[in-house]
Amino acid sequence: MNPLLEVNGLTMRFGGLLAVNNVALSLNEKEVVSVIGPNGAGKTTVFNCLTGFYKPTAGQILYRGEALQGLAGHQIARKGIVRTFQHVRLFKDMSVIENLLVAQHRHLNTNFLAGLLKTPAFKKSESDALAFAEYWLDKVDLKEFANRKAGNLAYGQQRRLEIARCMVTRPEILMLDEPAAGLNPKETDDLDKLIIDLRDNESVSVLLIEHDMKLVMGISDRIYVVNQGCPLANGKPEDIRNNPEVIKAYLGEF
Amino acid sequence: MKKLNLSGALISTVTFMLLAGWLLGIRMEPSSSGLKLALADEQHLKWLFIGMAAVFLSQLLHPIIFGNRKAKASSKKFSFKLPSPEQNPKAYRLVVSFALAAAIVWPFMVSRGSVDLATLTLIYVMLGLGLNVVVGLAGLLDLGYVGFYAVGAYTYALLSADGFGFWMCLPIAGAMAALFGFLLGFPVLRLRGDYLAIVTLGFGEIIRLLLNNLTHLTGGPNGISSIPKPTLFGLEFNRRLKGEGFDTFHNFFGISYNSQYKVIFLYLMALLLVVLTVIVINRLLRMPIGRAWEALREDEIACRSLGLNPTVVKLTAFTIGAGFAGFAGSFFAARQGFISPESFTFIESAIILAIVVLGGMGSQVGVILAAIIMTVLPEMAREFNEYRMLMFGLMMVFMMVWRPQGLLPMSRPHIELKEEAKA
Repeated sequence: MNPLLEVNGLTMRFGGLLAVNNVALSLNEKEVVSVIGPNGAGKTTVFNCLTGFYKPTAGQILYRGEALQGLAGHQIARKGIVRTFQHVRLFKDMSVIENLLVAQHRHLNTNFLAGLLKTPAFKKSESDALAFAEYWLDKVDLKEFANRKAGNLAYGQQRRLEIARCMVTRPEILMLDEPAAGLNPKETDDLDKLIIDLRDNESVSVLLIEHDMKLVMGISDRIYVVNQGCPLANGKPEDIRNNPEVIKAYLGEF
Repeated sequence: MKKLNLSGALISTVTFMLLAGWLLGIRMEPSSSGLKLALADEQHLKWLFIGMAAVFLSQLLHPIIFGNRKAKASSKKFSFKLPSPEQNPKAYRLVVSFALAAAIVWPFMVSRGSVDLATLTLIYVMLGLGLNVVVGLAGLLDLGYVGFYAVGAYTYALLSADGFGFWMCLPIAGAMAALFGFLLGFPVLRLRGDYLAIVTLGFGEIIRLLLNNLTHLTGGPNGISSIPKPTLFGLEFNRRLKGEGFDTFHNFFGISYNSQYKVIFLYLMALLLVVLTVIVINRLLRMPIGRAWEALREDEIACRSLGLNPTVVKLTAFTIGAGFAGFAGSFFAARQGFISPESFTFIESAIILAIVVLGGMGSQVGVILAAIIMTVLPEMAREFNEYRMLMFGLMMVFMMVWRPQGLLPMSRPHIELKEEAKA
C-alpha cells in the first residue's frame, strides 16, 4: 500500500543554520505517527515545511503521489492537511461557533449574490455548516460555550476548540504541534481518547509532535526521533523506548 | 490622607511653561536692527501665569480628588455593548423601523440648513461604513481611503459631462473605485499595520496629485463645476429645465417651485444609499466572506492553515470598501455640483478613520453615531472656530481614556444552535 504522505530528504536551511537535515518520514492512512526529539531539534520546522509555511531548501513531499513542496500554505490546507500550533492560534475575538464556521469557508457557498439575497442554496449551505460545527462542538464537549468568545475559554478548552476547528475543514491528515502542552493529566487523558477516536472513527491520520511520553508511547503507531535536525531513529514505540541512542539524546536513563 | 503629587505637579508646570511660554510669553518687536524678542504684554503674561497655576494646582490635588473615584470606576463595569440583532429580533426591527421613519419625516419639518448638514452627515456615514469594512473588520489600516472617494466623485463628474445620468453613473463610479481598490490591493498585500498605513496614505496623495496635475482631464486645481444634480426618474429639481431630464419636478406635479424640494430629495437619496449600504454590509458580516475578514484580522497565519487564501480575503475587503467610497463620492459630486482636489485631502481620510475608531471598530450603529457626532458637533461649535481642532483632539484623548473600544462596540452575532432552540 502506498503511504498517504511520504517525505524524502527534507532539508531546511536558514542561512548558515541547518535546521532540518535530510529527514524522511511516511504516514499511512488511519495511523498516528509521532515526531519526538529534544527542544530545538527541528520538529516544528518539519511541520512548517510540510504545511507550506516554509519552503524547504531541498527534499520531496508526496501526498498521495502529488508533490506538495513549494505550494502555499492555504493550498496545502485545501488538499486536506491541516495543523494546530504550538501556541494556540484561535480567532480570539470571535465566538466559538464562528471559529468553526470560518474554518469551513471553502466548503461553503461563498457566492456573493447568493449571500446577499439569501438564496435557498446559501441558506442550506449555512445550516449544513452550522450542523457540522455543532457535531464537532459536541465531540470536544464545548457545546454550551458556542456563543462565548473563543479568547475567554479556559486553556484546555481552547486546545480542544483548535482541534475541532481543524476537523471541520474535513482533513485527511491532522498535524498536532504539542497538543498536550499545558494540559492537566485529566485533560491529557481526554486528548488521548480524542486522538484515538479521530483515527478510528473519523479516519484521519495524525502526525503528532509531543513531549508527553506517556501520551506518545500510548497512542503512536510509529515514532520518529529527530535530534539536531537529523533523523535519529524510527520504529514502533517499544523499539524507540529501548533504543540506546534515543535514550542518550532525549529520553534519558530511567 | 493621600500624598500630594508635588514632584508631578512641578514637572507638569515646567512643561506647560516651556510649551505655552513660546506662544504667550514672548513676542517679536520690530527694532532698528530687525526683529527683537521681548516679553509679552501684561495681559498675555497674566494668562500664562493663570494657566501655570491651574496646571500646578490640578496636578497637586489630583490624587486627592480623583484617587478614590478611580478605584470606584474600575470596580464598576463600564462596558456597555450593543446587543446583536439576533438576541431580540422583534425589538430590533421595531427600533430600526422607528429610526427610519423618523429619518424620512424629519427633513420636512426642519430648516434647509439642517437638511443640508444631514445630507453631508449621511455621506460621512456611508464613508465610515465602507472604511469600517477595511479597518474595523479586515483590520487593514487604510489612511488613503479618500482616494477612492475622489475616484468615485471624478468618475461621475467626468461621465456626466459626456451626458450620462446620475443613476447610471452611480454603479459605474462604485465599480471604478472598486477597481482602484483592487489595483491598490495587489502591492500592499504583503504589508500589515504601520507599513500598510503609510502605503495607503501615499496612494491617497497620489490620487490627489494626479487630479491636480491631469489638467486636460480633471481641470486641475480648478476642479469640475456645474455637475448635474440627480433626477427623479428624469424629473429635474431646477427652476427651469437645464439638463437632459424631460421635465422639472414642480411643473410635472403642478406645484410651485421651491428650492427646498431639491435639498430634501438629495437628503432622501443619501438616506436610501445609506440604508442600502447598511443592509449590504450587514449581510456581508453574516456571510462566509465577512467572517473570513474578521478571521484575517484576528490571525492571518491561522487563516492560512485552515485553507483561507489571505490574498483573496484582503482583496475583497479592499475592493468592497473602496466600492462604497465610490458610491459616496459620486453622490458627493452630484450634491456639490462642483468638485476639486481640495475636497479630497488627507484630513478627510483622517476624519473618516476617526469616525470608525470613535464608533467602535466593526460596529455599524457606532459608526453612524460617530459620523453624526463628527459632522454635527463642528457645525454647532462654529463660534469656537479656531479651537475646533483642539476640541477634536481633546475628544479623542478622552475617548481613548474612557472608552478605548469605541462608543458603541458590537457584541458578536449570536448564533442559535438547533437543539438549543428546540429545548
